[in-house]
Amino acid sequence: MSTQTKSIISWVVTFIVMLIITTPGLWVILSGFRPLQEILAKPAIWIPQRLTLDNFRAIFGIGETQIAIPVLAYFRNSIIIATTSTAIAIIVGISGGYAFARYRFKFKDTLFLGLMLSRTVPGIALSLPVFIVWARLGWIDTQFGLILVYVALNVPFTIWLIDGFFRQIPKELAEAAEVDGCTRWQAFWKIEFPLAKSGIASAGIFAFLTSWNEFALASNLTRSTNSKTLPVGLTDFIAQFTTDWAGMCAMAFIIITPALILTFIVQKHLIAGLTFGGVKG
Amino acid sequence: MTEVSLQQVVKRYGQLEVVHAIDLEIRHSEFVVLVGPSGCGKSTTLRMIAGLEEISDGKIVIGDRVVNKLPPRDRNISMVFQNYALYPHMTVRDNLGFGLKIAKHSDSEINKRVEEAAEILGLGMLMDRLPAELSGGQRQRVAMGRAIVRNPDVFLFDEPLSNLDAKLRVQMRTEIKKLHKRVNNTIIYVTHDQVEAMTLADRIVIMRDGHIEQVGTPLEVFDHPVNTFVASFIGSPPMNQLDGKVIAGEGGENQIALADNITIPVPNRAKAHVQVGQYVIVGIRPDDLTPKNHGMKDSGETVSFDLTVSISEPLGTETILFSQIGTKEVQGKMLNPRPIEGDERLNFNLSLDRVHVFDASTGQNVLGPHHG
Repeated sequence: MSTQTKSIISWVVTFIVMLIITTPGLWVILSGFRPLQEILAKPAIWIPQRLTLDNFRAIFGIGETQIAIPVLAYFRNSIIIATTSTAIAIIVGISGGYAFARYRFKFKDTLFLGLMLSRTVPGIALSLPVFIVWARLGWIDTQFGLILVYVALNVPFTIWLIDGFFRQIPKELAEAAEVDGCTRWQAFWKIEFPLAKSGIASAGIFAFLTSWNEFALASNLTRSTNSKTLPVGLTDFIAQFTTDWAGMCAMAFIIITPALILTFIVQKHLIAGLTFGGVKG
Repeated sequence: MTEVSLQQVVKRYGQLEVVHAIDLEIRHSEFVVLVGPSGCGKSTTLRMIAGLEEISDGKIVIGDRVVNKLPPRDRNISMVFQNYALYPHMTVRDNLGFGLKIAKHSDSEINKRVEEAAEILGLGMLMDRLPAELSGGQRQRVAMGRAIVRNPDVFLFDEPLSNLDAKLRVQMRTEIKKLHKRVNNTIIYVTHDQVEAMTLADRIVIMRDGHIEQVGTPLEVFDHPVNTFVASFIGSPPMNQLDGKVIAGEGGENQIALADNITIPVPNRAKAHVQVGQYVIVGIRPDDLTPKNHGMKDSGETVSFDLTVSISEPLGTETILFSQIGTKEVQGKMLNPRPIEGDERLNFNLSLDRVHVFDASTGQNVLGPHHG
């Protein structure tokens, strides 16, 4: 087989695989811009006949629609909860990851194993116990309650990922900085932190997406506009007898967009492109 | 004036003591090399001087300050690491200037000193490159540059050449020596390579298992090793060490009986220090065991015996000859070499004045630690 046919085949295969992966997402986005009749039509209308922003108008309560959904409140909740929990998970992840990578202390391996084991428990299995405890503490339907849950969910992962990145940085770099006149703290911020940036960015984006997209726990622990997040808000479109698929898809588009933009911004850090040439490898 | 002084310095990790109460005085602008096999505590000692390891006991003095509790940044030292430890995210220029920037020098001052260091080490063309874009030798040079811009009281080198290939290593060795001549600061240098130690040092400190075995100039430790360890560690090929026993010879002259019925007279300088019946180890450098007519001209009093050469390694100017006395392998040297065929039996001359005698039970030189 010539290299040309090979490359054509590999492109075709790649295209098919990508199509399978992206079609549901594209379908959701497309459906957000189509009238409900067209979405539900049988036989299915594959090529959109008419694109409209009516679904978005309806969601935001613009124009002559009756059912407005408090999207802005949900959006605000989602932003506050996702960013706060991510920030905390990252701060804890940096400190914890650094400690695991650099220091020796008692029960280090046990602790690390414990953190990893906590990842093996499916989040949904914890929903009832968490619900009971949170109810006793009065944290149901609060942003704080959800932030705490997401921090707990993300911290083992951020620690694990950031630990790996700090481990790759030879400890001589910080020592050289100390000899060069840095305090321990300066050596960390000027040398080790910039080198682990790509790992920290990856951990950040993962933590953010987890919190941003999480549905199961949030649906149990939230009640109202006080704390309901966007994914939970999607269920508002399910009424007793009807489901507003068009509105739901439009809202899904609203949920996807910020996550997508953020991922694009951080993407260049995700490619661990930092060339480690400072020390002999 | 910057002397460095180690007084009864101990390093313990938990119960494990790795450096045992060592004493060492290093003079101003002296080039001192700590040498020893891996695990002998030489790197730990260097790191204690740098302040990267705490000391468990004793006292370290740099200049006129006890630095036991001072962090590295307050010791006015600089260090070249084995893996160079250049900051990967900074250009060569920023790597060189980093220490000065931390110390809040003015930009013009930093520039001036960085350019100066670059000039000394020939880094001019590389200033805007990242460490990843440099070859091993260039990285090594940047690491040295970073050390000299700060003009520290003491330079510390931790096996700086061990990552370079053989040819570059010899070249950088010379550069380090030149650098020392030029800046004239105190240098403490750690290596496991005795050739590096011999060629660079004003004084060599030979360490083993957390103890200092001997301190002296390269020629002192070569000519007067205090024990069999130093004798075998310094010099290449290593010194032959043969078991022997002191016996009474004719005319009151004591002899040393080696294996294979070879006896040699007790060397003059050792005569007063051995007794009949004492078991000894006889140390013979390959340079001092040469076939007749293939040795050095002025080799003093000699004794000769026949040995069968089993293997020969021609090196051009000389050939290393392998033979056996008893069960021990011995190496000799043939100067102005001629080809050696098969198991040839040759008559060897041994330069008696340069034979070392160690006590077999203690391994110490019979002349004692202080010899004339």
